[in-house]
Amino acid sequence: MSFTSILFDHEPPPPENISPPACFADLNLDQLVDWVTARKEEYRLKPFFYVPPATLDTLCYRQDVLRDLLDETWLTQVKTFAGQMAQARRYLTMVEKLDFELHRQGWLLQAALTYCQAIRDLDEALCAANLRSRGFQELREYVHAYTQSPAFQSLCSQAHAVERALADVRYVIQIQAGRFSVRRYEGESDYSVEVERTFEKFRQGAVKDYRATGYEAAGMNHIQAKILEFVARLFPEPFAALEQFCQQHARFAEQTLLRFDREVQFYIAYLDYLKTLEHKHLPFCFPEVSESREIFARETFDLALAGSLALSSTPVVCNDFELHGTERVLVVTGPNQGGKTTFARTVGQIHYLARLGLLVPGREARLFLFDQIFTHFEREEDLRNLSGKLQDDLSRIHAILEQATSRSLLILNEIFSSTTLADALFLSREIMTRVLNLDAPGVWVTFLDELASFSEKTVSMVSTVAPENPAERTFRILRKPADGLAYALSLAEKHRLTYEHIRARIQEGAA
Amino acid sequence: MNVFLLFPDRDFDPKAPLPPQSEALIQDLELETVFQAMARSDKFLYQTIRQVLLSSLTDPAEIRYRQDILRDCLAHPETVRRLYAIPLEALYRKQKHWMGIFSRTPGGILSSAVQMLEMFVELLRRLEQIAREEGDAFQSAGWRRFFEMIRRELDEAYFLEVEKHLRQLRFREGVLVSARLGRGNEGIDYFLCKPRPSQGHWAKKIFSRKAPVYSFTLHPRDDHGARALGDLRDRGLNLVANAAAQSADHIDNFLNVLRQELAFYIGALHLAESLGALEMPFCFPNVLSAHTRKHTFDGLYDVALALATQHRVVGNELEADERDLVFITGANQGGKSTLLRSIGQAQLMAQCGLFVPAGSFSANAVQGVFTHYRREEDASMKSGKFDEELGRMSAIVNHLRPDALVLFNESFAATNEREGAEIARQVIDALLECGIKVFFVTHQYELARGYYERHNPRHLFLRAERRPDGSRTFKLFPAAPLPTSFGVDVYQKIFRDSLA
Repeated sequence: MSFTSILFDHEPPPPENISPPACFADLNLDQLVDWVTARKEEYRLKPFFYVPPATLDTLCYRQDVLRDLLDETWLTQVKTFAGQMAQARRYLTMVEKLDFELHRQGWLLQAALTYCQAIRDLDEALCAANLRSRGFQELREYVHAYTQSPAFQSLCSQAHAVERALADVRYVIQIQAGRFSVRRYEGESDYSVEVERTFEKFRQGAVKDYRATGYEAAGMNHIQAKILEFVARLFPEPFAALEQFCQQHARFAEQTLLRFDREVQFYIAYLDYLKTLEHKHLPFCFPEVSESREIFARETFDLALAGSLALSSTPVVCNDFELHGTERVLVVTGPNQGGKTTFARTVGQIHYLARLGLLVPGREARLFLFDQIFTHFEREEDLRNLSGKLQDDLSRIHAILEQATSRSLLILNEIFSSTTLADALFLSREIMTRVLNLDAPGVWVTFLDELASFSEKTVSMVSTVAPENPAERTFRILRKPADGLAYALSLAEKHRLTYEHIRARIQEGAA
Repeated sequence: MNVFLLFPDRDFDPKAPLPPQSEALIQDLELETVFQAMARSDKFLYQTIRQVLLSSLTDPAEIRYRQDILRDCLAHPETVRRLYAIPLEALYRKQKHWMGIFSRTPGGILSSAVQMLEMFVELLRRLEQIAREEGDAFQSAGWRRFFEMIRRELDEAYFLEVEKHLRQLRFREGVLVSARLGRGNEGIDYFLCKPRPSQGHWAKKIFSRKAPVYSFTLHPRDDHGARALGDLRDRGLNLVANAAAQSADHIDNFLNVLRQELAFYIGALHLAESLGALEMPFCFPNVLSAHTRKHTFDGLYDVALALATQHRVVGNELEADERDLVFITGANQGGKSTLLRSIGQAQLMAQCGLFVPAGSFSANAVQGVFTHYRREEDASMKSGKFDEELGRMSAIVNHLRPDALVLFNESFAATNEREGAEIARQVIDALLECGIKVFFVTHQYELARGYYERHNPRHLFLRAERRPDGSRTFKLFPAAPLPTSFGVDVYQKIFRDSLA
């Protein structure tokens, strides 16, 4: 089967103008995708994150592609290719805006040269890399065939011939007030070298660089265009060759490769984002994804939260979860500020990311191949009256239960918190019965401890207060017999000034 | 070309971080008075002297290198002052004529650079003249190398070459710029072509040959074009302007380094004059390797005290070779603190190449001088006094290395004597174990007696002298610690005086 897409295999791609799934905001996936796709706007990657692949086959196709990209060498080569293609695109965009024909031709040549190099480098890298995924293996054949094609071969050889001829052009400009003359270069030497040599003996260390910059890429004004025109007259042959090249190769890029260049950024953007968390030493794994409801994850965490903690020294806390046999719903209770909502998000996120064929946060995971994720998170700033809110809550849950199937994933966070305890309990029991009848897996965060032991299908999970960090001083007052030196020695201990401490500190410093 | 008057093989770095604890040293050793006497209200001298004095050398050879240079300075003060006037003149002219390279365009940079270079050339000629006429009178390796370098590098032929370049860089006849085609057919690699040595109009001469030439004259009202042409000229001048401006900077730096390094010796001349006027002696110390233990002097006095009071002060003697720990005990106001201060001052002065305020002085170099003095005030109010003391001690430990010198003055006394003695003992033992030399002034009998009873030959005990009538000589001599510090005497003296 021949190569068409690194993301969709043979599935059709999503529409460009699609909006994010409803669960995105609740799971903080919107935030995550914003970070992942930041500085990659030109590739328009968001639709790829909004639509999971239709089949498990495509999901596995993606996992395999991503596994290949975990090889640093190969990843770097793909990024190099992307960089070259972006460069070529920038040149072509520029060509459309330029005023002078010889200038335009020069940049079109440059774009073609960059493109040729990108393709040749990609071909070479594909041949050398040990690629196991079908996606990259098919790409390898495709690219190799393309590089051998007469069209590509003549594009390359002609571009290089013209480039070499132009590189040999050297000229001098005599500049006086209000006029200038141009002729061929005749071996004149650089005067600055001589000036530098004369004052060389005073040189000690670095001094300021006085070279004015910003001359490169400053475009071309009519004086420079005039000079270029004179140069073209002084050297007619290379400029004739350039003109011919531009007529023949105005459109040179190949469509499937352009598509690859865009789609492979889905993986690269995600891997780059994970790279920014490297110093946190968090685990990631390829999950097993199936329709089984026996799911688990070890040491998983909220990837969006990890992103927001990337620059702080606060550690990211990892959690496990597991559903066995007939268990369906994880009921999370416990003290506030204990990480319950984060946990609920974590379960949702890991499933969604797995569904996209990506690496997921965690040491190891087996996850559910859901059809849809339904979330109900309490909106904090809700100015309507309580009965209005309860009604709203209930109708949203009703809508969820209408649409959800046994293959959906449900994430419910603190529903009914705004009503009386008795009401909340009653309503929750009703809803729980319906949820369990649905047979769909889910997470339910609640302040109602009663729900935790609702039936054998619910699993109770409790948020706990973290034990004191032993590295921190506790300021505890301990009762113990006075030994007279306790106060001073404990101060010395605190300042690490006991005999043993000082010796160790000085020896450490000297080593 | 390197000045190398402070180090035999490198420049002085005025921005190098000061050793940790410098602030404490300045405060505890009254160094401010010494800086002022050396700088005589000159801010620049002050900064440099402060930096040099606190940045101790440890290699005895480097110390001797400076001592020798300083001996030459003391023998020829007028020549040294004339040399110091050269960088000062450069500074004065730059300020007076608003000289400097402030432009951003290569054309502007080039003309400022040429102007500066012309001014520098004149001063360099003056430097060469001093080297030629006075250099032979100097004996030290440092000065001989400096003067030889000036005579070798700045000969007449060199000055002629420089002046030729400065004439050519004024470009009275337009510029000739070379270029190549870069990406997008844009010109790159612009450089100014070297002028041909022929006479007359060089550009005309080149263009009069048969090679094809295309010329263009701008419309007189084409301002945009004129600017573009000016930009192109600037682009051609870019490299040569950079070369000229950097050359000017290099010479400027050279003169700055000269100023910086001479500043220390000018300060030393000031100090020598001041001490001479007080008829207080000074001598060049004998500094040994940091691995040895040597501390022997006579007539060592507190230079800050002499300078501050403008009076002759009493000196002390010591023989503490092969000793690691010196305990100083005895009468209050018996000169303990003064002795400790003078030991710290002399160590820093010796290790920066200065003379020391003593009749004779030998000591090993140390890897840093540290002071831990009992402080009267506790500004923060956060921690108790003892806590604050331990905090400072901990900060010192962070920087301690073997062969350092630590001066304690009434440390760890802000708690009861037993606790204080225990902490001090642990600190001292650990420091000695790590090869650190310790001077400890204390009136705490408990602590001193504990060490005295060890009878360790590497420990020395000094006591402030007290005559039987209770009066003090401010001299210290080796003796066992005594159980009282004669506070009673002081108390009685004060009360008697107030009663009288």
